[in-house]
Amino acid sequence: MATLHTVNKSPFATQTLLSCLGHAKAGDTVLLIEDGVYGAAGGTGLADAVAGLGGAVTLAVLAPDLKARGIDEGRLMDGVKTVDYAGFVELAASHDRTQNWL
Amino acid sequence: MEDGVKKFLYINRKAPYGTIYALEALEVVLIGAAFDQDVSLAFLDDGVFQLTKGQDTKEIGVKNFSPTFRALGDYEVTKLYVEKESLDERGLTADDLQEITYEDEDDDWAEKPSIIIVSRAEMADVMAGQDVILSF
Repeated sequence: MATLHTVNKSPFATQTLLSCLGHAKAGDTVLLIEDGVYGAAGGTGLADAVAGLGGAVTLAVLAPDLKARGIDEGRLMDGVKTVDYAGFVELAASHDRTQNWL
Repeated sequence: MEDGVKKFLYINRKAPYGTIYALEALEVVLIGAAFDQDVSLAFLDDGVFQLTKGQDTKEIGVKNFSPTFRALGDYEVTKLYVEKESLDERGLTADDLQEITYEDEDDDWAEKPSIIIVSRAEMADVMAGQDVILSF
């Protein structure tokens, strides 16, 4: 009974990503979209929060939103998956519910 | 201060595409540039993301307005202050920003950088030295 969480806010502007990560359960996927994709880049203070998940939660990021913002995939934190729009639909279909952290 | 010329600072604190603030700020700067004022732009917090290189918005269906920053020099908008602490917190360096230059008419049209990296304390001084501040 897994949940797909989406986060669309910059982690540097709001606490939304941290709150989402704090509520995600093992087997869930957190998909970063829109300004949320800034949370997928390495070299920031967020890496600790993500490492704290111990791999139990899958972190994914929407590639078109990454490209729009000029974030090279080589800058992503280890273990972050990129998905395209079709991949977003597959995630929505393969999880039991979607929770949008607005 | 020259007669009738005021110092205007446009403060950018939002990332470029998640909200309309960044694009609207740029529109207002371009309109304001017609009035021959002393215009500066400040980029801090998530505003520093507006200036990153390599933005490609084709797949999200919105206009990529980042090249427009490179045209500001033609409107005599030549001071883009970027806060170093904001870059650091986001894992960015000055090398991650696009190159933005202007031609200095007082120096034989020499091409000079428009981006000025400043500390948070220096940014506070820039803010304190203005006549008018517009926030986005």
